[in-house]
Amino acid sequence: MRVDGKGLIDRDRAVSFRFNDRYYTGFAGDTVASALLANGVRLMGRSFKYHRPRGVLTAGSEEPNALVTVGQGAAQDPNVRATVQEIYRGLAVRSQNAWPSLRLDAMEVNDFAWPFLGAGFYYKTFMWPRAFWERVYEPVIRRAAGLGGLSGRHNPDAYEKAFAFCDLLVIGAGPAGLMAALTAARAGADVILADEDSLMGGRLNAETYRVDGQAGPDWAAEAVAELAGLPNVRLMPRTTVTGAYDQGTFGALERVNHHTGRRGGGAVLECFWRIVARQSVLAAGALERPVAFRDNDRPGIMTAGAVRAYLNRWGVSPGARVAVFGNNDDAHRTAQDLIEAGVEVAALIDSREDVAQSGDYKTYAGAHVCGSSGRQGLRRITVRRAGREFQVEADCLAMSGGWNPTVHLTCHLNRRPTWSDEIQSFVPTPGAVPGMTAAGACNGVFSTAGCLKDGADAARTALKALGLRPRRGGGVPDADDTAYRLQPLWAVPGKGRAWLDFQNDVTVKDVKQAAVENFRSVEHMKRYTTQGMATDQGKNSNMAALAVLADATGQGIAQTGTTTFRPPYSPVSIAAMGAGAQGMGFAPRRLTTSHATSVAEGAPMIEAGLWYRPSYFPRAGETTWRQSCDREVGMVRDAVGVCDVSTLGKIDIQGADAGAFLDLVYCNTFSSLAEGRVRYGLMLREDGHVMDDGTTARLGPHHYVMTTTTAAAGNVMRHLDFVSQCVAPKLDLRFTSVTEHWAQFAVAGPNSRELLNGLLDAPIDDGTFPFMACGPVTVAGVAGRLFRISFSGEHAYEVAVPSRYGESLFKLLVARAQALGGGAYGMEALNVLRIEKGHITHAEIHGRTTAFDIGFARMISAGKDCIGKVMAAREGLLDEEREQLVGFRPVGAVRQLTAGAHVFEQGAEATRVNDQGYVTSVAFSPTLGHFIGLGFVKRGRARHGEVMRMVDRMRGIEAEIEICAPVFVDPEGGRTRG
Amino acid sequence: MRLTCPICGDRDRREFYYQGDAVALDRPDGGAGAETWDGYVHLRDNPAGRTRDLWQHEAGCGAWIVVLRDTVSHEVFGVELAMSVGEAGA
Repeated sequence: MRVDGKGLIDRDRAVSFRFNDRYYTGFAGDTVASALLANGVRLMGRSFKYHRPRGVLTAGSEEPNALVTVGQGAAQDPNVRATVQEIYRGLAVRSQNAWPSLRLDAMEVNDFAWPFLGAGFYYKTFMWPRAFWERVYEPVIRRAAGLGGLSGRHNPDAYEKAFAFCDLLVIGAGPAGLMAALTAARAGADVILADEDSLMGGRLNAETYRVDGQAGPDWAAEAVAELAGLPNVRLMPRTTVTGAYDQGTFGALERVNHHTGRRGGGAVLECFWRIVARQSVLAAGALERPVAFRDNDRPGIMTAGAVRAYLNRWGVSPGARVAVFGNNDDAHRTAQDLIEAGVEVAALIDSREDVAQSGDYKTYAGAHVCGSSGRQGLRRITVRRAGREFQVEADCLAMSGGWNPTVHLTCHLNRRPTWSDEIQSFVPTPGAVPGMTAAGACNGVFSTAGCLKDGADAARTALKALGLRPRRGGGVPDADDTAYRLQPLWAVPGKGRAWLDFQNDVTVKDVKQAAVENFRSVEHMKRYTTQGMATDQGKNSNMAALAVLADATGQGIAQTGTTTFRPPYSPVSIAAMGAGAQGMGFAPRRLTTSHATSVAEGAPMIEAGLWYRPSYFPRAGETTWRQSCDREVGMVRDAVGVCDVSTLGKIDIQGADAGAFLDLVYCNTFSSLAEGRVRYGLMLREDGHVMDDGTTARLGPHHYVMTTTTAAAGNVMRHLDFVSQCVAPKLDLRFTSVTEHWAQFAVAGPNSRELLNGLLDAPIDDGTFPFMACGPVTVAGVAGRLFRISFSGEHAYEVAVPSRYGESLFKLLVARAQALGGGAYGMEALNVLRIEKGHITHAEIHGRTTAFDIGFARMISAGKDCIGKVMAAREGLLDEEREQLVGFRPVGAVRQLTAGAHVFEQGAEATRVNDQGYVTSVAFSPTLGHFIGLGFVKRGRARHGEVMRMVDRMRGIEAEIEICAPVFVDPEGGRTRG
Repeated sequence: MRLTCPICGDRDRREFYYQGDAVALDRPDGGAGAETWDGYVHLRDNPAGRTRDLWQHEAGCGAWIVVLRDTVSHEVFGVELAMSVGEAGA
């Protein structure tokens, strides 16, 4: 119910929203949780295992119970904490984990079966029969498990990622964080202040403390206004710093539009930040811990700090008659705030004996709450005092077991926190994250005055490290400095179930059971009971579970230790971390200059690394890719074809030692190559296996252009950098990738020279341009380069022009080719042509083959060193038994040859030990009229003519094949040279 | 993680390609023998503690760099150009 005169909400702006099937009204500034509580709604969800009715436990992102799904269909967002989600007009949220409805949940039967569903029950229960594991148990458990669900459809929302840099990152904008930011910003440091909440101020907005004589929220608002006015400060509300990483890098999730409902039209839902900070101040505050007692999970039972937050920040009393239970002075503060707001306080139950009456309400000292009743919401509590039990009517119970500093980020670099007896919790270990200083409540300092001072001190530490001086004067404001006193209280003894972990339904009994079954290490206990898992990661339960485990094992809490804190601090959607990488954004797209023309011609585009290349160019009447491909192959063999080969890597190499460098990276020699000539080169890895191949042209005395295969261009470039900088740093040369600078087209076929001579300013012939010649040419008035090289085995050229002329040259070449009985050809035809000619690609040089294997052992020059030379000479790499490159052709009528198939001797069983080799590339050769293949066979070069059996288990295909030489068309090379 | 490229300055780890132990700088002579070559090409330590790695500022200036760092604490002690290491050793 709403309390008059309280809260930081805007009562002039009513906001309606939907929860399940009903509409409710709240005010601007409300969260779903505060607005529902204001409307008297306590039941907000169902628990994970027992499907117990649950309401809010907290008022922050640590909320374990009130998880809702926002939105519908593809854009639905599950497991949103109702305590974080701000309301806006049109917001629709649904409760989770309940069917058919929140009030009537069929799975509630689990709650009655609880004696059988304790810790580890499924490890013990779903053991036999074994056949049930996959067919019965797993599907059933999977259906029952999990919290909210995704739609399974493509996420239509937009996400962003961004980088930020600062001198000082302040994490948390409570009194310590605001003071740290003010101190650093006034000294001129470049400051980022990030806070999870929509409203900066932290607990100052949830309490009735005064700062410098002002109300806490007013002081916070003024501090924020001052910071907002400084040019060296960036304020980031609704931004959770989720992880601390090496060298001052932090991950942070900004919830950009979750509070507005703006979707589409460029509106970004979330932004994942990488913030790089030279120094950081962690002012993340503290989280209150519940007390475990029988049935402490009913809607209406929540932390005392949450009750004060709902009352003071949102002007909502979570109950009409509130009882308070605690082991520290915060319980009294809660009762006082309630009384001042005019809310009835049913009783104050303090576990400590020596407490004075703190206000006008019934106080029970040395007493405990040991039970509760009310099926879908609290109706009364049971109090035990001096061995006597009695009941108190209450519809809300505020409980406090003390506070835990939010040390999470200080542990992300694998350092452990330090136990503090004084506050019965863990505090950050100084220096756990280089450059980070913890301040305020997260550092175990709980008074407002202490937080303000600690924040200022932390900022001074950071300023010193940054080489900046704090501005003089401007002391720390006056504020409450009451000491924090508590007596440890983790679990109230008694029968029944006392919840520790609300989100995973882990009780005191479960933790004790784990210890009994010898899961005594905290990490084992966690995994056996599931305590501390899921969205809240045990923020509410870790300390109490530890204490119960320590008690059960007879160790102290400090000796028991904590589980590991890992990023993220609170859940981050994968969509935010991978922002932009959905669909076509997954990888960059590289397009050739002929792309638009190829697409306009109807060519299906296929991916080649990051490039897109045309598969084939269909013509009228062609209904299958094979028809187009066969025609294109025929065009090249009989007339002329044009193909964009710009995707091959091109590296421009210049310098006095360019030749010596190429001699080192290629196994054959290039320093002896004549100017105006091209040579095929084979590049080895240092371990003696083939890395890549390609042609390199010598354009001048100190000028070469290397080509690489499309797929290996990046690797080769990196390798050349490595060799020039790390292996031979004294060689005098420079090189750079010019792949994008040149558009290059293969013009292949008997009519290729005729086609080119129609375009070249100076016609060529065999004398001026023999096979493997290269040189500058003028193509239709444009300065370009011409290479007489051939991947197809035909009389062929590659012509290169600066990229800006690529599109027009491609169109021109294709038009001329068509006039000569040819046209454009795509990747399918290119592949068939090269297999017919026995040219290898990375299907053959796949990383495990050597120059010896592909029949190029003699290319390794004896007269010079090269990368890979020593290791290529190893005995095992020159063994005649190795699988050697061969060709395959079918014997008789076979359905097809398939790449990936293995080869066996006739009559031998198709087993691994009988394996003779494998097929790497296949094609239907329109030139020969049958299938052909390339591959590797043991002693293959000596087995030409042998008939073997090809077995493709995957596709269920077998064929009789004959081993042959790998060159099927024009083995003498007459067509290429002619 | 961040590395300081000697040429470009302090940069995010995403700009760098990781190669492995800087032993790759010490390429043996052709006649150094099988054992030496085996060690150079194949054998690497896997220390919990200080390492000397080769990285490349691939998405930056292309420089190969030698990084001294700790695999446990992730502290980076120093970065230098592989080229100058090679020159000093030669």
